[in-house]
Amino acid sequence: MLVRTKVNGELREADVWPGSSLLFMLRDDLGLPGSKNACEQGECGSCSVWLDGDLVCSCLVLAAQAHDREVLTVEGLAPNDDPESLHPVQQAFIETGAVQCGFCTPGLIVAVTDLLQQEPSPTEHRVREALSGNLCRCTGYAKILDAVFLAAERMRAGGSP
Amino acid sequence: VEVYLPRTLDEALELKASHPEAVPIAGGTDLMEGLNFGSFRPEAMMDISRLGELRQWRREDGEVFLGAGVTYTRILHELADHPAWAQAARTVGSPQIRNRGTVGGNLGTASPAGDALPVLAALDATVVLTSAADGQRSLPWHQFTVGVKKTTLRPDELILGCRWKAPRGTGSYSKIGTRNAMVISMAGLCLILDEDERTVRVALGSVAPTIVRAPEAEAFAKRALTDAGAWEDPDAPVPHGVFTDFGQLVAEAARPIDDVRGTAAYRRHACSVMGRRALTWAVEDRRGRPGD
Repeated sequence: MLVRTKVNGELREADVWPGSSLLFMLRDDLGLPGSKNACEQGECGSCSVWLDGDLVCSCLVLAAQAHDREVLTVEGLAPNDDPESLHPVQQAFIETGAVQCGFCTPGLIVAVTDLLQQEPSPTEHRVREALSGNLCRCTGYAKILDAVFLAAERMRAGGSP
Repeated sequence: VEVYLPRTLDEALELKASHPEAVPIAGGTDLMEGLNFGSFRPEAMMDISRLGELRQWRREDGEVFLGAGVTYTRILHELADHPAWAQAARTVGSPQIRNRGTVGGNLGTASPAGDALPVLAALDATVVLTSAADGQRSLPWHQFTVGVKKTTLRPDELILGCRWKAPRGTGSYSKIGTRNAMVISMAGLCLILDEDERTVRVALGSVAPTIVRAPEAEAFAKRALTDAGAWEDPDAPVPHGVFTDFGQLVAEAARPIDDVRGTAAYRRHACSVMGRRALTWAVEDRRGRPGD
């Protein structure tokens, strides 16, 4: 079936199998592999995107449900793949060493950005709760927490696009 | 798989009448797993996430109506007037899951582990169903979910929402699992203390084929608070033994089994601990708000 969705500000169309998830539409049909496919059951958060502004697991959204809606993916955070124009959350992940194998990183970048947009100064407990749907099997999360607080500080100081 | 995208409730009900095989999908947090892994291949599905009628909640004459499509994130932020709802909603999955998952999904899936279901049971809620042929009908919660993943929903019906009389008083939701987040409940308990009816109502999840109430524990708590004079005076001392005995009676209402998430014995023990704690919190809450 034909699904028409605004993705990262651009109207896109894809002819998908009606049972397909939004994740597969993004990756296979629209050429946006930033959202990662891991658990396919909402456990890991690697496929996190925004659907009409809500943080969701794109593997749990039927592609057809995104018809006539707006999706923002991790690719939309740093336009034109320009390493000079990274989002403050992305920059903070690099600087604090919060990236190891990198597979969970796009989902975490999206979830952290969602949190800091809603709560510019979260406590550590709030950060842990907000990231409870994103699994990282490398870092042990300490460096990720460092990245969240560094990004929060910079975004409060006006570094947010 | 055929997918329908109705824009209004009337359109959805007409579709359900002509295509009763169409499985409604809202948040997709249960159904998508089956689609992704190939274990679920329905003939047709119907996206009900666009139906405004399902996405609202309101107070009406001392009652609350909660639409089937209201998400757990919205319950957490908007329905915070009863502590049990916010507590139950906060235990569901992760932010990503709470942004999608709905009470209608818990009702439709009818897993005894659905975190909203003990709350609805302790509130004595009714489930509101609707169809093109017969309009609305309401069923008490225990006549709607009748077994593990079994409901009395007709193929031409949709779940519109649920309704309950808003109790004046405190309450809580507790849940046992291996982590605080992202767990399916191994045992869950909702306690509602109703100041007007002078009752304590308690419902258990994940410890029987459906949600169960604990009527003997409820009668015991009502009597114990009466004997202590605590209904009139929240500061009246309640004997320690009351809380432990209440927990014991709560555990006796459970009919748990051993499964992948835990053993029956552990679940029964968890019920007694949660029951004791929930009654303790309720009594302490009342002392904190003496004028309420």
